[in-house]
Amino acid sequence: MNGFFDIPSDLQHSYLGLIALHMQEALIPVLVGLLLALPIGLLCVHYDWLYPPVLWSSTVLYAIPSIAFFVVLIDYTGLTQLTVMIPLCLYSLVVLVPAVVDGIRSVPEETNAAAAAMGIGPVNRYVQVQLPIAVPAIMAGLRVATASSISLVSVGSLIGNQGALGNLLTTAMLYHRPQLAVTSVVTTAVLAIVVDAVLVLVRRVLTPWEPPSGRRSRRLAATISGAARTPESVS
Amino acid sequence: MIAIEEVSKRYADGTVAVDRLSLQIPNHSITVLVGPSGCGKTTTLRMINRMVEPSSGTIRVNGEDILRRPVNALRRSMGYVIQNAGLFQHRTILDNIATVPRLLGWSKQRARARAAELMERVGLDPGMARRYPYQLSGGQQQRVGVARALASDPPILLMDEPFSAVDPVVRRGLQEELLRIQSELGKAIVFVTHDMDEAITIGDRIAVMRTGGKLAQFAAPDEILSSPADPFVEEFLGADRGIRGLSFLSTRELELDRSQVFPVDSDWKRIAGRDEASSSVLVTDAGGKPLGWADLATWSGDVEALEPYGQSFEVGRDSLRVALDRAVLAPNGQAVAVDGAGQVLGVAGQETIAAAIRLARQRRAADAPQDASKLKAAP
Repeated sequence: MNGFFDIPSDLQHSYLGLIALHMQEALIPVLVGLLLALPIGLLCVHYDWLYPPVLWSSTVLYAIPSIAFFVVLIDYTGLTQLTVMIPLCLYSLVVLVPAVVDGIRSVPEETNAAAAAMGIGPVNRYVQVQLPIAVPAIMAGLRVATASSISLVSVGSLIGNQGALGNLLTTAMLYHRPQLAVTSVVTTAVLAIVVDAVLVLVRRVLTPWEPPSGRRSRRLAATISGAARTPESVS
Repeated sequence: MIAIEEVSKRYADGTVAVDRLSLQIPNHSITVLVGPSGCGKTTTLRMINRMVEPSSGTIRVNGEDILRRPVNALRRSMGYVIQNAGLFQHRTILDNIATVPRLLGWSKQRARARAAELMERVGLDPGMARRYPYQLSGGQQQRVGVARALASDPPILLMDEPFSAVDPVVRRGLQEELLRIQSELGKAIVFVTHDMDEAITIGDRIAVMRTGGKLAQFAAPDEILSSPADPFVEEFLGADRGIRGLSFLSTRELELDRSQVFPVDSDWKRIAGRDEASSSVLVTDAGGKPLGWADLATWSGDVEALEPYGQSFEVGRDSLRVALDRAVLAPNGQAVAVDGAGQVLGVAGQETIAAAIRLARQRRAADAPQDASKLKAAP
């Protein structure tokens, strides 16, 4: 077993340390992406004309290879985790903005009208009515964004030691230890599955009001993941 | 009192939704806005709580221009019920109903106590308090919608086609419930519908609107039925407005025939021997409740062998329309009249009812000379 978990010292982390680093580099960008997507999505719903250019921009950002991002960012943020996380955060927007927009649009017209007619102002209507009802759609987007982000962190190995579990792939080649590559791939996959399961659980807790059959988010998840393409193959 | 004065709504593309509409909507009554789709009835309703701002004209509530009040405060002073209820699907029934009290700053406890009280008022099982909207039927959701609108006890209730999306049986139940609640609370209710029958059932006054946002007629339901203002209103009322108008005529003065009614323990031989007795008599039980019709020439005295009498009507409560309906459906053309306890007061044939209709019409014409002139003028 040591062949799999004996991490070379030049990675400067234990196996568990690599996992912690990987999670940090994967989840912080998604979280920041969500915080950005919530107001952007609301604006896109409020001003219809804004959505196509926003969607177009986020898609273009998504199409930029991360290595190109790194070349630009290294001048400003150096060979740091931040350089890895900024592109990941921008990538997450391509899934999260449509998820927020679809979520808010899924609020029935009568519900919005009823809320307005009860004297619930626009800000409170967003926070108290629209966002909670958008949770299933947003969570569906969050699941796709998170899984994608966890797999993409590995590109950080391109700028030195910032790929977390991805660095194991480089190390595996360097030291001719294919077991490390297996560890990297399997651990990344397991992490993605575990985080996804946690998100499913969180959603269940947040939406006790959803009918158990015909959960809308399944359809939404299908459309959103269909829209998301892998930007590049991870080397 | 809501005073709508010369109000118009024009959109940027030139469409006129409402055209110089004036309406006085009194307190303690149900005013129905009715008309075909695109007649501006919903727009009119939404201008009252400023969901839509009028292009010109003023709307006053108890004398005060609604534009002078902060919009959210204005809206919280008016209950709003919408088609499909528009419940907050992420909140329990109790919290849905407690929404406006919470917005008004009530404590959670007080708001929920009030919500529980309202659930009872609209006929919802208290066991539903912790359920979510998806667990309720359409009719139940609509009851929650009404309860939510009533939560802060607003003096005005705006209802936008609230019962249009439920099936006819449930709709009738909801209409009856609304009338019952209104008799207890006495709100100023503005009710929008495209269904003339619904308007007639629940309205104290009906505003018939025509395409283009114009008022065609504003009157009490029986007046609209008996004297529609123009061919548009007449057409909108449909073919059977004469029959429907009977809903407003009481059965109290109907001349009932008691000579054909006999309790089951009568001396049947003596009755059969009477000259004046018709061959068909209504047999009641010892308590006076109807059992069925008997043909004296052939009846053996067996209660099981009686001809069914169909349904009875209650004198005073049911209208001449119900009485006529019963008579038409009865095999021998005789409707059975009962009192509140279900005891037979007599029977009324179709001719008797027709005579009562003529009498009621004449009396009405004598009572209201203006109406009479309109009656003659109407085609």
